[in-house]
Amino acid sequence: MSGLAVALAGRIGGFALDIAFQAPAGAVTALVGPSGSGKTSVLRCVAGLRRVNGTVTLDGEAWQDGRRFVPPHERRVGYVFQGANLLPHRSVEANLRYAAARAAAPPDLAPIVAATGIAALLPRRPDTLSGGEAQRAALARALAGAPRLLLLDEPLSALDTEARAALLDWLAAFLPTLSLPVLLVTHDPAEVARLATRVVRLRAGRVAG
Amino acid sequence: MEPSPLGPVIAVTLELALTTTVLLLLLATPLAWWLARGRGWGKEIVGALAALPLVLPPTVIGFYVLVALGPASPLMAPLHMFGVRTLAFTFTGLVIGSLFYSLPFAVQPLRTAFEGLGERPLELAATMGAGPFDRFLTVAAPLARRGFLSAAILVFAHTVGEFGVVLMIGGAMPGRTEVLSTRIYALVESLQFGAAHRIAAGLVGFAFLALLALLLVERRIGRLAP
Repeated sequence: MSGLAVALAGRIGGFALDIAFQAPAGAVTALVGPSGSGKTSVLRCVAGLRRVNGTVTLDGEAWQDGRRFVPPHERRVGYVFQGANLLPHRSVEANLRYAAARAAAPPDLAPIVAATGIAALLPRRPDTLSGGEAQRAALARALAGAPRLLLLDEPLSALDTEARAALLDWLAAFLPTLSLPVLLVTHDPAEVARLATRVVRLRAGRVAG
Repeated sequence: MEPSPLGPVIAVTLELALTTTVLLLLLATPLAWWLARGRGWGKEIVGALAALPLVLPPTVIGFYVLVALGPASPLMAPLHMFGVRTLAFTFTGLVIGSLFYSLPFAVQPLRTAFEGLGERPLELAATMGAGPFDRFLTVAAPLARRGFLSAAILVFAHTVGEFGVVLMIGGAMPGRTEVLSTRIYALVESLQFGAAHRIAAGLVGFAFLALLALLLVERRIGRLAP
C-alpha cells in the first residue's frame, strides 16, 4: 500500500503506548489528543529517534519490524520539531544545503525557497529569526532533504496569534500541494479543521474511538 | 658545571607539549563523548579513573609509567623484536607519561561541552540524513568548539608545567628529555639562581598568557554561541 502504516505497542516512560493507524500519501493525517497522550512519542518512533516494539512501514518498505530497525538517518523523513528546528551554527541556507546534500536525490532548492517564502531569510542565522520565520524555515529545511514522509509536531504552537493565523492560512494552501504522507501532531481543533484530511485521536497512548 | 645551551631545552619542551596536545585531543574525544552521552554507571568508574591524575602525586604516575616502559615490563615485550628494549628515558616515554598526566585536562572540558550540546541538534542532523560520524564532525564538533579550544590550551600549558612525571620518566637528559621545568631544578641545585630566575619568570609569563587566552577564547566564543 502507498503511505505510512504504524502499529506500535510498548512502554514509554510512565505510560503504555498501543496504537495502530495509517497515513496515506497526499493526505494530511492529524494525530490529535490531550497533552501527554503520546502524540510526540509516536512521531519520534516513526522517525526512528525512539524505539518501542511494533512495525513501521512506508510504501510497503519496513522501517521497523521484528527483525530490522532502519536508523533515522536512512529513513528520509522531514521532521519539524517543537522548538528549535535549525542547526544553530549554520545560516538558514546552509541548513537547507545540509539536508539537500544528504538526500538520495538532492532536490532543486529554488522551488522550496519560493513556496515557503524564505528567500530573504537565507543568509540569516537561526537565532535572529522570529517565530513565524523560524517555522517557515523549518518547513523548508524539512523539505530540502527530499523526504518520503513529513512529520509536523505542533508547528504553530510557539507562535503569537497573528503569526499563527498567517502561517495557518499558508499551510492550508501549501500542504495539499504535497504528494507525500503528512503526519500532523496538534491539540488545536482549528488546526485540525483547516489542515487535516484524516484524524486519528489518541487518548492515554491508545487510538480512541 | 656549565649548563648546556637553553635552545634544545625549549625545543624539547614545546615539542612535548605540542605532541601531547594533538594526541590527547584525538584520544580524549571519544572517551569524553562516551562519558558525556553513554549510559549506565560503569562510565562513572571510568570517569573517576580518567580524573585520577588530578589528585595523584606526579611521582606516582611517573613511577608506574617508568615501570611499564622498562625492559622487564610485559607491555614492552612485543617491542623487543624490533630492537626496542625500553622507552624509559626517551622522548616517546615522555609523551606517554604526559598523556596520562594531562588526560583530565582534555577530558573535562570536552565532556562538559558534549553534555551541553543537548539532543536536538543531533536529532535534527539525523533526520536530515547524517549518520553518526557525520553528525559528530558537522554538528557536535563545531558546536563544542569552545571545549576543544579550552582542552588544547589547558593540555598545552599543563604539559609545559609538568615536572615530577618528566623527571621520573625522562631523567632530564640534555637535548633529549630535559625540559624547562627540570632545567630550573638543575640550576637551583647548582646554586645558579639568576639563570633559574630567568626561566622561572618566563614560565610565569607563559602560564599567565595561556590562562588569559583561555578566558578570552571562552568569552568570545560564548558571545557568538547560540
